[in-house]
Amino acid sequence: MATATVTMKELQSPVEPTWCPGCGDYGILNAVKRAMVQLGLRPHEVFFVSGIGCGSKLPDYIRANGFNSLHGRPVPIAQGFKLAHHDMKVIIVDGDGDNYGIGGNHWLHIMRRNPDITHIVQNNMVYGLTKGQYAPTSMKGYVSTTSPEGTIEWPVNPIAIALAAGATFVARGFSGDPKHLADLIAKGIQHKGYALIDVFQPCVIFNRINTYDWFRERIYKLDEDPTYDPRDRDAAWEKAHEWGDRIPVGVFYINEDAPTLEEQIPALAEKPLYQHEIPPKAEELEALKRAFM
Amino acid sequence: MIKNDVAFKLGGEAGQGVESSGMGFAKAIARAGLYIFGVQDYMSRIRGGHNWYQVRVAERQLYSHEPHIQLLIAFDERTVSEHLHEVVEGGGVLYDDTFKVDADAIKAHGAIPMPMPLLTIAEEVGGNKLMMNTAAVAAAAGIMEFDLSYIEQVIRDNFGRRKGSDIADRNIRVADAAYEEARKRYAHLFEWKLEAVPNAPQRMVINGNQALGFGALAAGCKFVASYPMTPASSLFEFMCAQARRFGIVVRQTEDEISGLLHCIGAAHAGVRAFACTSGGGFSLMVESLSLAGSTETPVVIVLAQRPGPATGLPTRTGQEDLLFALHAGHGEFPRAVVAPGTIEQCFYEMARAFNLAEKYQMPVIVFTDNFLANSIRAVEPEAFDVQKVAREIDRGKLILPHEHGKIEQAVTNGYRRYEFTEDGISLRIPPGHPKAIYSVAGEEHLPEGFIDWEETAENRNRMMQKRMRKMTVAAHADMRLPEFYGPDDAEVTLVCWGSSYGPVLEAVDTLNRNGMRANMLHFVDIHPLDWDRVADILGSCRSWVAVEGNYTGQLARWIRMNTGLKADGVIARYDGRPLNPTYIIEHLNRVLTRV
Repeated sequence: MATATVTMKELQSPVEPTWCPGCGDYGILNAVKRAMVQLGLRPHEVFFVSGIGCGSKLPDYIRANGFNSLHGRPVPIAQGFKLAHHDMKVIIVDGDGDNYGIGGNHWLHIMRRNPDITHIVQNNMVYGLTKGQYAPTSMKGYVSTTSPEGTIEWPVNPIAIALAAGATFVARGFSGDPKHLADLIAKGIQHKGYALIDVFQPCVIFNRINTYDWFRERIYKLDEDPTYDPRDRDAAWEKAHEWGDRIPVGVFYINEDAPTLEEQIPALAEKPLYQHEIPPKAEELEALKRAFM
Repeated sequence: MIKNDVAFKLGGEAGQGVESSGMGFAKAIARAGLYIFGVQDYMSRIRGGHNWYQVRVAERQLYSHEPHIQLLIAFDERTVSEHLHEVVEGGGVLYDDTFKVDADAIKAHGAIPMPMPLLTIAEEVGGNKLMMNTAAVAAAAGIMEFDLSYIEQVIRDNFGRRKGSDIADRNIRVADAAYEEARKRYAHLFEWKLEAVPNAPQRMVINGNQALGFGALAAGCKFVASYPMTPASSLFEFMCAQARRFGIVVRQTEDEISGLLHCIGAAHAGVRAFACTSGGGFSLMVESLSLAGSTETPVVIVLAQRPGPATGLPTRTGQEDLLFALHAGHGEFPRAVVAPGTIEQCFYEMARAFNLAEKYQMPVIVFTDNFLANSIRAVEPEAFDVQKVAREIDRGKLILPHEHGKIEQAVTNGYRRYEFTEDGISLRIPPGHPKAIYSVAGEEHLPEGFIDWEETAENRNRMMQKRMRKMTVAAHADMRLPEFYGPDDAEVTLVCWGSSYGPVLEAVDTLNRNGMRANMLHFVDIHPLDWDRVADILGSCRSWVAVEGNYTGQLARWIRMNTGLKADGVIARYDGRPLNPTYIIEHLNRVLTRV
């Protein structure tokens, strides 16, 4: 881990956010910056990949490397990039529509692979940028322009799915508490392997139910419970299903023993792929020719 | 006696080893210094059905198969009924003597029935009826009086080189017995013979997919991500098999969408990457293709065609995706489309695709199809000039993040990923250097890479013009015009692209031997092109007929769209079977009588 001193000012992008006043995304941006400062991560050492949606504009709003890609598609881009440049910290920032909807299949498979990637999902339980339709995480019965009589689908349970799919770090944060969130993000970045941080992020325009107040009344911090052990998968599974009057945030589960994807690929043992000399030695290619004779 | 000019076909059910036997036999013949052309046909099932492997042999380089054969080697009864009509007068039909085969029908056709106790030999000599295919191949060699030691070498390669390998020894004993028996019974009746060419150089026996993979390795490709799909799977598997030896990363992804996006991620980090798929998988990649276009990310996609629509004929061939690939993606963006026609071209064009992709910072689509992907030829190892490929590696305006000095020099005034330039190509520094921190976006962006929130018409126009300028530059600087084969001043020019090269080339040779002046105009590069010059070339042809593996004459349409010139006819094959010279000539006559 880098140990340089990094300031919030250094991370200031020349681009001003276009988010609505009061948007939960500000808290996430702030927490991401704080986490970088906390870990001394310099702008050129980090690569952000985002999808599409309000929150996915984040790479423009932070001074670091970024790639604002397609709806639901940052996860495979991040994996390709990580395998080609595994010295760099790769952070995916996308939304609930991206990751729990259109990119659901990609998400399922990144968890099976365990690359050393941090994944922040901005979960506002509604479609913001397309103006108010229900999301995969909207609560059953949620009324929106595309569910005028209320949704009839169960919401996705990101924490339970992540546990079932083998994610090695599973956490949930709240953008209304950037300090706590920054801490979770820093832990996620430090975790060796795939880290999911699902973030409650109120949409002040379209989601009139899951507001800051709604979350504040319900959420409590797992890390404040001394009896809770995030290495206990069964306990995590139980907490993953807690919803209603009390909703836990914090680190649900952590598995520090699983090897990362990169560690298991022989080509990456010596140095990052982008630094490999090309082309291969002519003798190797000539030997390959002989195999065809 | 006809020496070293023969075609034979092995046929049987999937799972009987038709392909491995055919491939093994072809390899043995190539080691004897002969040229071969092998093509296979199989069905979309794991067992049963009907598969065949056809091999043509000559002392000169071959580029195609033909519909007629001299020897049919039947692993089952169905093979005889399905293919007897392809056997020429005086040819032979070799089959197990327990098969219910109508020998009189074979005789009535003018061929020689050649029943053999193949199963019995396999069981009694080898102790395993599965060795029947060894017996069949050896019997065929006996009938053609081909030196059995070449077959034995291949058996040793397949079953164990070391002395005392029981399975190899038993197969060799089966081969010996079947060879002698078949030679004794039928060699004097069969006029086609195979004889080793003394002191012939060693040649590679390789198919189109392997040649593409070889080209990628030689060009320094370090990353492959794909989802298996026929007929691209064997290319993907080839890369997997070479991963450790060449220190490359190969990933089987959850779908084709992810495959291309993995490549975009790796390429964004400065690594040469490709994905391979067929039309169905390419359909899924279209969204990401557009992203590569917008972000100017160099990626290579091998599009191995098979007939559609939808899953179509999954194990057969076609050239149906040309116009799709040329237009795939929302919005307009630069891309290159190339279609190698031979195994040698597969090697060089694949390598060149990475140069085009990096030089112009755009996606490049390399076409192949089931026919080219799976057909094998014996090629001189010198034809794969790895040093030449190495010398020609062109990474364009790329500076890698660890090349510190170069970066300091290049970015004195800050780094703009999409700087407006005269040739439309901007300096590319993958993330990782403190002097080159930037964010890119698929959304229309500013020269710095940030999304253009104001969406100004001026920036949009300049950015579009910058990107599209690359096409004009590439068309003049790098893309190759179609090439003629055959005599000048032909009465008719056969215009084709990609894998039609071989069948059309041989059709042209035959036409000229038979007194008709014909030539071929073959397109490898299809987009972008200097269309004024293409128009001049076509304008100089007396008449031209497109030969294509599709219904609508897609190349002819593309040419008309870009030059206004209309083909005098189209020979279109869309039954899933590859073109061959006889088919082309027959249909040419029909097209010409219509003209």
